[in-house]
Amino acid sequence: MREVAIVGTGVTKFGELWDKSFRSIGIEAGIKAIEDAGMSGSEVDGIFIGNMSSRFINQQHIDALIADYSGMATRNVPAVRTEAGGASGGVAFRQGVMAVASGMHEAVLVGGAEKMTDLDDASTASVMDSTADAEWEASMGLTLTSLYAMITRRLIYEGTATREEIASFAVNAHKHGALNPNAQYKSPITLDTVLRSGPVAEPLNVFDCAPYSDGAAAVVMVPLDVAKKMGVDYVKVVAACQASDTLALFQREDITTFKATTAAAKEAYRIAGIEPKDISVAEVHDDYTVGGIMALQDLGFFKKGDAGKAVLEGQVEIGGKIAVNTSGGLKARGYPVGASGVAQVVEIADQLRNKADKRQVANAKYGLAQSVGGTGSAVTVSILEAI
Amino acid sequence: MDVGIVSYGAYVPRYRIKPEEIGRVWGADGKGMGKGLKIDQKSVPSPDEDVITISSEAARYMMQRVPDVDPKEIGAVYVGSESHPYAVKPSSGVLAEVIQATPSLTAADLEFACKAGTAGMQMCMGLVGSGMVKYGVAVGADTSQGAPGDALEYSASAGGAAYLIGSEKVIARINKTLSFTTDTPDFWRREGQPYPSHGGRFTGDPAYFKHIISASKMMLEDRNTKPEDYDYAIFHQPNGKFPEKVAKMLGFTPEQIQYGLLTPSIGNTYSGAVPLGLANVLDKSKPGDRIFVTSYGSGAGSDAFDITVTDEMKDYKRENAPTLEKVLENPVFLDYALYAKFKGTIIMPE
Amino acid sequence: MATVAKEWREIPARYNLEGSECGNCNRKYFPKRSMCPFCRRNGFGKMHPYQVSRKGKVFTFSVIHEAPDCNRSLKPYAVAMVRTDDGLLISGQLVDVDLSKIEIGMRVRSVLRKLDEDGASGVIHYGFKFVPDL
Repeated sequence: MREVAIVGTGVTKFGELWDKSFRSIGIEAGIKAIEDAGMSGSEVDGIFIGNMSSRFINQQHIDALIADYSGMATRNVPAVRTEAGGASGGVAFRQGVMAVASGMHEAVLVGGAEKMTDLDDASTASVMDSTADAEWEASMGLTLTSLYAMITRRLIYEGTATREEIASFAVNAHKHGALNPNAQYKSPITLDTVLRSGPVAEPLNVFDCAPYSDGAAAVVMVPLDVAKKMGVDYVKVVAACQASDTLALFQREDITTFKATTAAAKEAYRIAGIEPKDISVAEVHDDYTVGGIMALQDLGFFKKGDAGKAVLEGQVEIGGKIAVNTSGGLKARGYPVGASGVAQVVEIADQLRNKADKRQVANAKYGLAQSVGGTGSAVTVSILEAI
Repeated sequence: MDVGIVSYGAYVPRYRIKPEEIGRVWGADGKGMGKGLKIDQKSVPSPDEDVITISSEAARYMMQRVPDVDPKEIGAVYVGSESHPYAVKPSSGVLAEVIQATPSLTAADLEFACKAGTAGMQMCMGLVGSGMVKYGVAVGADTSQGAPGDALEYSASAGGAAYLIGSEKVIARINKTLSFTTDTPDFWRREGQPYPSHGGRFTGDPAYFKHIISASKMMLEDRNTKPEDYDYAIFHQPNGKFPEKVAKMLGFTPEQIQYGLLTPSIGNTYSGAVPLGLANVLDKSKPGDRIFVTSYGSGAGSDAFDITVTDEMKDYKRENAPTLEKVLENPVFLDYALYAKFKGTIIMPE
Repeated sequence: MATVAKEWREIPARYNLEGSECGNCNRKYFPKRSMCPFCRRNGFGKMHPYQVSRKGKVFTFSVIHEAPDCNRSLKPYAVAMVRTDDGLLISGQLVDVDLSKIEIGMRVRSVLRKLDEDGASGVIHYGFKFVPDL
């Protein structure tokens, strides 16, 4: 198997992009990535797209739509759409890595795109709820937020984190989002803002939850040996791992940890030959603040019971023990679902190539991206290395 | 063979509203209305409750009390109501599935205003007595609607009770049942109409009183008994006053009817009224007690029953399910806004 | 809109908590499974119907304020994950309860309630919800 490198990245603004259609958003990120790689679109021989739900725009065959509008269909380039709830983008990335590593492809474009604001909020929520167990959780009246809320209540009950500590993850996200010109929310917030925002599913409030967003992100990947000769800034993909778990939260033994995160991370660290403490910058899946806290523990950055305190104390800010969600995370940067897993990789790659502007973390050698589907039913963990 | 009640179960939703709160909204003397009807409060079903869910709860209690009865041996299920959730698709079919009696049984829904439940009991008696089935289930339950601002809004409530009729281990033997039926237009509801209509004071003498008195007198004559031969009497109870009056007219005392009269504390549960009254009496009864029952359904008819509690009652596992007194403990009172929300009378967006 | 068959098929589970028991390892599952995830082929043909206990304790809960359309006339309402007396974890709505007094460890039992309906002229879907077990 060959080693793989990312040679170009691209990302659109995330937010309510009323005047942009799904087609135009998807293409925009891809064009940026190819230009960043200094390549021509005609060099791409495979496309992988993370896109969570056809229901948002009532369109199946997203693969064909992207291949067509990116100009790749004229050369009949194969395109694949992957779906795994919130991890759709992370899965697309891993598929792209495997395509190049295996030797079957020479240059792939991995994108993630979602247009969520063409659907009313209630319908959008219902689509998100269907990433839980549609038959036995959603149809019984449980929303995705209520599942994460139940996890939150259990975490607090077991003494793993306090309500304030959990809420502080959003404060960290917004602090970083304020430094990101592409973020949906560019203002810092206080802990009080989070705690006093209206309840969605107790104890989670509006500010504990990532927004609905439109947006896209893309990366271009080639074999590492080819990257070395291209004369562009590149990063090495040292691990792209994925793990599954039960669909329904009630089928788990412990709901305060995502075994899929732990399993994928363990494999990723093993392949990379590193430990959690070697990671300088991480993008974790904070669709809910509690998800961010759990990620910090499940990825091994902090021991169980310590993550909440660390976030509250500012230890995961740029310049802290480990910089987490420097992009602003799902909460502040935005959460166009299928795009998020790829956008996380874009942020890590940019950090490692010193292209993170005001958000730059100094001397980062290893970075990690974690993307989660449903209530941890699928998790991807990717590790990149600065060369 | 002895045919009678083998088990029973009763359920009333936990929410209540007081007449004074209803009167407040319509500028009426609600408290006075309550006094006039002798109703202190009425039960209100939760938005996720209906005749099927109420029947299910009552029937499950009924089955819990006879753990040795295999539900597959139930040969008939009848649900009597005037607020079946479907006009076409029987509540009894769903109930049969809920109590796991399916598929070898007959079932049908009944309507005869407030006496559909007791009519079901009579049908089960026939099937059991003829040897056609081993057990029959008869339920009387309602989530009756009173039109906003109408007099019936003060009394129309929700609740139901289920009866397992059989001939083995009978805890209350039904010595006799008979009925008095005519075509009398005192109270009715046309297909598709949400609320019933009634003939005002016509619902009294020519309707309620005539039928209950006629059926009761027929029963006393048939059994060669006098009111004082009975320990308890239960009459249909659209309000708290009519049953007191009809009891007096027939010669029954207030003590005899006290346990069977629930309308003052839960309102008029229509098809559930007499079945619930009987359940409360059975909760308090002992072997040897004799019970007199006459229901009334507008349209009109009365079903009368002469019942004797047997020695089997000593071994009956009543404690396997809550008594009606326990079910009625700690109700939650609603204001009119929450009441409207529960009854679905607030217009929601499409 | 889904056909009536989709909900009808689940009636034993929705009305009576019917799941499966693996005849090989005796593990119990809800909802039912045709394959035991632990025994896999050793459990083939040995998955039997199993009725989950209707009583249990609240394991965790949440009060939902932003409700899906089908439940908007119920909001705010509570949902819970319940540890049944026979050891399974099941989730559903928790009703007939003071929302401010729900506690982890509270005893509950399952009852039949209306879950949803396919509009005013459609089928009514019944299923289990939990109530405090007094």
